[in-house]
This record gives sequence, C-alpha cells and structure tokens, in this order.
Amino acid sequence: MTYAGLDIGSRTIALVELDERPEGFVIVDTGPNPLQRCRRLLRGKAYQRLVATGYGRGLVAPVFAADSISEITAYAVGARHLYPDCRTVIDVGGQDCKVTLLSDSGEVQKFEMNDRCAAGTGRFLEVMARVLELEIGELGDHALSAKDTVRINSLCTVFAESEVVSLIARGANCQAIALGLHEAIATRVAALARRVGPRERVVFAGGGALNPCLQRLLSRKLSVELTVPDRPQAVGALGAALIARGRTRSDGADPGGPPPI
Amino acid sequence: MTDYREMWAELGLDLEKHDALLQALSSMYGSIILSQDNRPKAMDYFDFVIGEIHGLRVQELMDHRSKGGKVVGLYCVFVPEDLIMAAGAIPVGLCAGTQFSVPDAEEVLPRNTCALIKSSFGFKLGRTCPYLQASDFVVGETTCDGKKKMYEILGEYHPTYVMEVPQKKTPLGRELFLDELRGLKERLEQETGVTITAERLAEATSLVDGKRRALQRLHNARKARPAPISGLDALLVTQIAFYDDVARFTEKVNALCDELEGRIVGGEGPFPADAPRVLLSGCPMAIPNWKLHRVIEDSGAVVVGEESCVGTRYFGNLTGKNDGTLEGQLRAIADRQLETHCACFTPNDERLEDILELASGWAADGVVHYALQFCHTYANEAVKVERTLARENIPLLRIETDYSDEDVGQLKTRVDAFLEMIRR
Repeated sequence: MTYAGLDIGSRTIALVELDERPEGFVIVDTGPNPLQRCRRLLRGKAYQRLVATGYGRGLVAPVFAADSISEITAYAVGARHLYPDCRTVIDVGGQDCKVTLLSDSGEVQKFEMNDRCAAGTGRFLEVMARVLELEIGELGDHALSAKDTVRINSLCTVFAESEVVSLIARGANCQAIALGLHEAIATRVAALARRVGPRERVVFAGGGALNPCLQRLLSRKLSVELTVPDRPQAVGALGAALIARGRTRSDGADPGGPPPI
Repeated sequence: MTDYREMWAELGLDLEKHDALLQALSSMYGSIILSQDNRPKAMDYFDFVIGEIHGLRVQELMDHRSKGGKVVGLYCVFVPEDLIMAAGAIPVGLCAGTQFSVPDAEEVLPRNTCALIKSSFGFKLGRTCPYLQASDFVVGETTCDGKKKMYEILGEYHPTYVMEVPQKKTPLGRELFLDELRGLKERLEQETGVTITAERLAEATSLVDGKRRALQRLHNARKARPAPISGLDALLVTQIAFYDDVARFTEKVNALCDELEGRIVGGEGPFPADAPRVLLSGCPMAIPNWKLHRVIEDSGAVVVGEESCVGTRYFGNLTGKNDGTLEGQLRAIADRQLETHCACFTPNDERLEDILELASGWAADGVVHYALQFCHTYANEAVKVERTLARENIPLLRIETDYSDEDVGQLKTRVDAFLEMIRR
C-alpha cells in the first residue's frame, strides 16, 4: 500500500513514493513530452493514491487519475515534514521562483511568486551558463572562485544575455561575470522573500538550491541561515506524496491542509 | 446568419484580418463561456449578442447614422453616456480587450505600454473594430498618461476629442470636471446639430440610471450562497453594457435577474455552496478579456463581484435627483463621477473602503487584485489595497498580467495555491 507524489516541473519531473517513510525517489528531465515521460516513469506501478503537482499537474493528473495540488502547497508540506520548525520556503525552480511563509502550525500564510518571466529563476542561470560555456552544475563554484565581480543590471533573461555578451566583448573575467549573475538573481529572490517577511527556519529548495553560490549570497542578503535539504528538487514531490497519504487517511476531507504526518 | 461583409467593407475593415479575429473570438467564446455548466437560461440573449458582436449591433449603428444620427466611441466610465445620448447620439464602448490587436499597435506605440491602450490603438491601426470605424468621433479622457498620449496619436487616424478628468476629488476638481462636461456638451451639439436641453438630458440620465439599477440588481444577486451565476457570465453581461442598446439591455438584464432571484430561492447555482468566493478588484476587463475569471473559476472558486470599471465603478452610483435645470443635471453628473473611485485620483482611500465593503457584503473568502502590466496607477495602488486587507485579515492575491496567454500556467499555480490557502 503506497502513495506517490509526482512533481512535473518545467525542467525536471520528480517522483517520490511513500509508505510509512519515503521509499523511492526518481528524477528525470521533463523534455518536450512530459506526459510520455510520466507514463514511462509510472509503468507497472499502482498506488493507493497519486498526487500531481508542478506545471504539468493539469496535463498529467486526469490521465493517471491523480489529484492535483499547487507546488506552493506541495513544497510547504514537504519542507515542513523534513523540518518541523520550518516557517519559510524559498523555491527557485526552472521557470519561476516562490517564497512561502508558513504559520506556526505549518499552513501556507502568504506567498510571493515572480511575474511572467524567467528573471530570477533556474532558467536564467541555465541560459547564462550556456553563454559562459559552463555546465549548470559548475556555474556556482565557478562564481565562488571569482576575485572580483561585475554588476549585471538587467534581470530579464534576454537582456542579461546581451549584457553578458557585451561584458565578454569588453574583456571582463568569466568568474566575475558569473558572480555578477548570481548577485543579480540573489537580489531578486531576496526582494521577493522580503515581501513575505521571512521567518526562521528558512528552507531553500528547488533545483536552484543546488547552487552553492546562490545559497551563500541569498543567506548573506537575508541575514539568515538557509537549510538546504539533501534533495532540494524533490521537496515538492515529497509534499505531494505526503498529501496523497494524508488525504487517504482523512477521507480527502481536507484537500488543502497539511497531512497528519 | 446575415452576411455583413458588405457593411464591414464599407466601414473600411481589413476583412481578412477581421475574419481571423471573429474566428478566434468565436472559439474562445465556445471554450470559455459556452462550456460552463448550469448557466441561466436568460444568458441566451447575451450569447446572441456576442454571436452578433460585429453584426447586428453595428447594423443598428449604421441605420442610426443613415438617419443622420451620430455615433460616439469611448473607452472609459468617466465619459458620460447620458450626455452623448441627450444629443441624439449613440455612445458605444470600443474594442480594447484582446491580444489580437496588440502586435498592430506595437508597430507604433512603445511596447512598455499597458495592453488596454495597445489593444485599443491596434484596432484602429489594423482596422478590425467596426465600432470604432462606425463612430463619428471618439471621446477620450486623461485617466492615465498612457491613454492621454495615445489619444493624441489616435487623433491622427480618427477624429478624437479629449476631456480632462481631474486628479483630485476636491471642489476645484469638481469645477474642472463640470467645465469639461460643458465643453463636451458644446462639442456634441456642434457635431449633432441637436441642442441638449434639460428635458433631453433628464430622459437620457434616467435611461442610463435604469441600466445601472439593473446591473446593481445583478450584482446584488451575487451575494447569495451559492452564487446564482458564474463570475464569467456576470462579467460578460457588464461588458455588453458598454455597447448594447440601453433600453433593450436593461430589460434583458432585469429578465436575467428575475431568473437569478428564482435560483436563489431554490439554492441553485453553477458552483456548490461551499466553493470559495473571490472578489476581483482592479483594472477593467473589456471583451474578450475573460482570462483571470476563467483561471479562478476553472480552479473551482466563484467570482462574486468586480470592483472595477467593468463592474461596480460603472454601475455602483446613480446620477439621481437634481434640481432639473441643465446646469443642475451637469452638476449631478460631475458629482457622480467624482464618486467613481478610480486609481487615477489621489488620494483615493474611498476605493479601499469600497473593497472592504464588497468583501464583507459579498462574503468573499479572498480578494484577487488585478493590475495590467504597466498600469502604474492600479499597480501602485495595489500596495495600499494589500496593506488595508492585511489589517482586516482578508487574504489577497496580487496579479499583474496582460492579455497574452503566455503566463496562464503561472497564474494557475498562484490562483490554485491561493485557493488552497483560503479553503482551509
């Protein structure tokens, strides 16, 4: 008797299976056909209940008879399960960035999310890594090795890309550019966080939390210690799996609230 | 269906582009409006009006013109419909609500301009709005800097008259507005050759007040739980108010309200009684801007009111009683307009009170504030709305968006999370 949470994000799909404790974890690229990826991921599996979250939830949920929940609630539930004293979740994902404030009892109290564009998201860093001919996994360390920084004025992914190209043309150092890009995104995320008024403990999740430079800058800008889970990209799927289990137990009476874990 | 192509050609429409627009509109209407469950029967009339959106009503305007009457286009609730009608002219709210015409506008206007302004202007440039083509002139206003400057450019393509709307609700502001009304009256008399008399204006005001009363009745019906009508349908009715024949529209809205009041007695509605109730507040939503209502209602909540120019700011106040002289009536119109709490005014704290009153009177579980991107007045005023609602512990979701569909996924995530939050 198992439950599962499926987080269909813009860049990756994460699946967390759950019984009494988390049992399975898989993460794959979303690719151009998320439904097909999910079919492959779920082939031969049967769950007592499946909850979908993330961008693709509306696409995927009806196909697999899954319930759906927004990733804001899913991340809140997942982070709270990992850290029961968590009051703030910062989630830097592939195409957006969200900051959620939780009440004492773990309910979503307030959230902020970037508007419309990829400014301040994982996508921004991905595009910039490509311009600098780096792997996304190397970008953060590369920036941390910088001796100085340059100021990137544009937060628009498209404009920032041309700004970086012109900095390169002027001979700016690649590490300094990388650090400047991280500064830009951290400033943006910190502004969003200040809008909700972060309280400790602050959990930093989503794929962006894997970036050590972003971790450090964000922590400094907010003057708080950030807790990064072992698998920060799977927190939403974990939350969805917990909701699947909680819903079954409470007869689905309270779809929005955290599960009785 | 009647073939209106000859009329459209005569109006100088770009027929090919216009066909594409109508096709897009018809498919949107099918998938967003007609696909809703359990709609009131009396919505048939409004479906018919949309089916004939660039047909029958435009034909009526053309018939009016062939008899020597004038048609006056407008974009804003501050332009007094009754004054236009008193000159024997037909006021008509112009097309301004779709991404379709935005690319045309961007050939001329800066991209960083709100979608409403770009859409309005794009309809002229692309020659796709028969109402604009059929209007003898447009009456613009100065409710924001973007529109103010756009009207100057529009004036190079279409006869345009701009009336000034004051920025403060002071006695001086009122005098200014009154003077502007006198100026508009003169211009209307010049254009139509009709002298606006006290009797003519009183009759027109009473007709328009009748329309407002019918819309108030519809608005009040939405207080019921379950709401007897979806937010999408109610919004649609208000949108149609801007261009349909006043007397006919009023009668049809009242017929709709008869049905809704019956539904209320039977506890009937398109959403269950426990569906979260959302009040919408902010920028106007012109046809076919159903984007946010659709996202909200697709997620299982019901929109119970619009604190908006296509909402309470349009019909919330009546012009009402006055001394019956022409001057007294103009004064009453000016008074009414200064009680229209648009973000173009400073200060505008009365709007905050309106939102609180609507949220409590309509039992809203939360408020969604809707600002068009680059609409500086509403986007900035949202800060005060947020602070006011926070003091009263009313959940608020602030949305900034435009007419395009590119952010619908993000909107859905925010709306879903908001509803999950208020459903508890």
